[in-house]
Amino acid sequence: MADAATTTTSPSRSLIGKRRASDTVFLGLSTGSAISIMVILAGVAIFLIIQGLPAITANWSSNQDLAAIHNPLGNGWSSFWAYVAPLLWGSLWSAVIAMILGAPVAIGIALFISHYAPRRLAGLLGYIVDLLAAVPSIVFGLWGIIVIRPFLLPLSQFLNEYFGWIPLFSGQVTSTGSTMLAGGVVLAVMILPIVTSITREIFLQTPRLHEEAALALGATRWEMIRLSVLPYARSGMVSATLLGLGRALGETMAIALIISPALLFSVQLLTDGYNSQTIAANIALNFPISSGIQRSALIGTGLMLFVVSLAVNMLARYIIAATGPGAKGRKKKGKRS
Amino acid sequence: MTTSTAGPLTRAAGLTSGQLPRFSEPIGVVIALVISAGIIALLAPFNIALWLVLTAVLYLVGIGVASTIVENRRKATDRVVRGLVTSAFVLAVAPLISTLWTVVSQGIGVLSWSFITQTGGTKFDPDTLSVVATPGALQAVVGTLIITGIAALISVPIGILTAVYLVEYAQPNNPLRRMITFLVDVMTGIPSIVAGLFAFSLFSLIVGPKAFSGFSASIALCVLMIPIVVRSTEEMLRLVPSELREASLALGVPRSTTIVKIVLRTAASGIVTGVVLAVARVVGETAPIFIAASFTDNFNANPFDGPMQTLPVMAYTAYSFPGQDIAASQAQSWGAALLLVILVVIFNLIARIVATMFAPKSR
Repeated sequence: MADAATTTTSPSRSLIGKRRASDTVFLGLSTGSAISIMVILAGVAIFLIIQGLPAITANWSSNQDLAAIHNPLGNGWSSFWAYVAPLLWGSLWSAVIAMILGAPVAIGIALFISHYAPRRLAGLLGYIVDLLAAVPSIVFGLWGIIVIRPFLLPLSQFLNEYFGWIPLFSGQVTSTGSTMLAGGVVLAVMILPIVTSITREIFLQTPRLHEEAALALGATRWEMIRLSVLPYARSGMVSATLLGLGRALGETMAIALIISPALLFSVQLLTDGYNSQTIAANIALNFPISSGIQRSALIGTGLMLFVVSLAVNMLARYIIAATGPGAKGRKKKGKRS
Repeated sequence: MTTSTAGPLTRAAGLTSGQLPRFSEPIGVVIALVISAGIIALLAPFNIALWLVLTAVLYLVGIGVASTIVENRRKATDRVVRGLVTSAFVLAVAPLISTLWTVVSQGIGVLSWSFITQTGGTKFDPDTLSVVATPGALQAVVGTLIITGIAALISVPIGILTAVYLVEYAQPNNPLRRMITFLVDVMTGIPSIVAGLFAFSLFSLIVGPKAFSGFSASIALCVLMIPIVVRSTEEMLRLVPSELREASLALGVPRSTTIVKIVLRTAASGIVTGVVLAVARVVGETAPIFIAASFTDNFNANPFDGPMQTLPVMAYTAYSFPGQDIAASQAQSWGAALLLVILVVIFNLIARIVATMFAPKSR
């Protein structure tokens, strides 16, 4: 902590002249809390590893407790990886469905607020979409149970009847509605606000001169957007979508409440028993009823989730930072033009 | 004379292409609404979602065809995209309204003064040998306030001081600053359940396997709350004009006093708004609290000992693991959900009020 304090203040010393006690204390405090963020993040990784490692390295075929955990097929898991792989698939699959359903709508909303809505209403409309982010996830989960599940039933039956030859819609069609599709729809609603707010911000930063030039050449509004706004915001849209994916990966309660899961690889969207379980929902459902090494196994799966969502988030941030419009001085550029 | 007036007229007719009448778009929407209502009334039972979807499809096809005939392809595309984008927005508002309506309509019957002021749960009555369920959420309300309060107490100072370090002290190319900025970004992406697992792992190493406590849940919430506070505070500090800092430093005021008395005071309303919004965000977190504090029906106001009930966890457990009387459990669940939404709305209103009432004029 002391090292960091001295290195960071050396450039500003010329401003201050002589150092006072209160200054030193305050600088120490703020540097300390900045460093505590590193400590916390490292702590998250370290404690998950400490608690998860026993289960990751354990011999699963010989361990009764581990072989017995929520196993639908009856034969034991060969290793931790065999256990976590279908869960990981379920997390990714549900998040991707949510993204496919949610991202186009979110980008449409962002476009509506930034370029179509009357200027005076834009702030209010943005606030309404932000309200979606304020609704607690448990409320979305309960809403999904009693509204979305019955709502999607007719659609599920229709898709299964006429498009059942596509693997996505195949299988025994649901009678309760606890499907991956219902979970995906609720997840899509939950990632709308984050994707919308990021893309909206980037749409608004499109240089005004580009837009006005396109309009002056006689382009319609959509042509102007296609020619100046979308190319400018492309990387922003990609990274916003990835951030939405990261959010969907970690979402627990909606999935835990809505879908009726199984630990297997499946792409079927419309069935009751063949929905791939996600890591987060699996932890939430099984944590209270497990103990000892089983809990350790669940923490191990949590570690995997942590790693995957970390990777997705870092990729998104990297895309923003490296290929974003104007990379570094983006904000300044937007204001100047 | 006649030729000179006819000349510009014919030329004008050649230059302007056809155009749909001025209010054709709203009129088109109304017509589509009526027609699709008619179709649904004839063919199927009334369904508001089906009605809206059919309206959107009819409108988009109609305006596209009409505009292609009267105007041209380019304008037709423009109008169709406008319709698409607008319906995307309607599509986002629909779940918001539906969610709020569901929660309010399901929960309003449960909500009463006694629901807030008495400890609920199921109790075994030895005289009648039956299990009696009493509605009540006092234990959850108290638990939510305690856990969120402790989380706020820990993460607000850390968050604000970190933001002060990032904006006021560190130079832009300082490696530590870039590292912290990056880590804060990463931290916003931590899945909430992982935060809960972290707190549980930490406390089970310290206290042993029965590590559930309210304080542990607060630590989990801190992991989620600190990055939100840092982000919003950082944004607010950057809005403070540097002339204020320079003027203060030029008068010989020490740097720490400048930050506390000038910078933080100028940005105070924004910082408070950000903090309140951060609290509103974490108050609804279910998964981390469920993992770290578990759940209970007993009243427990001691954050350092034993499981603690909170509103979101109560809504979840009452629905997922219902007691014998399933209807009563679900009523408990919806009551808790409605209380939670009311709490979030209150926090959002406070944030709004603070932001508008105490906003500095210079902004």
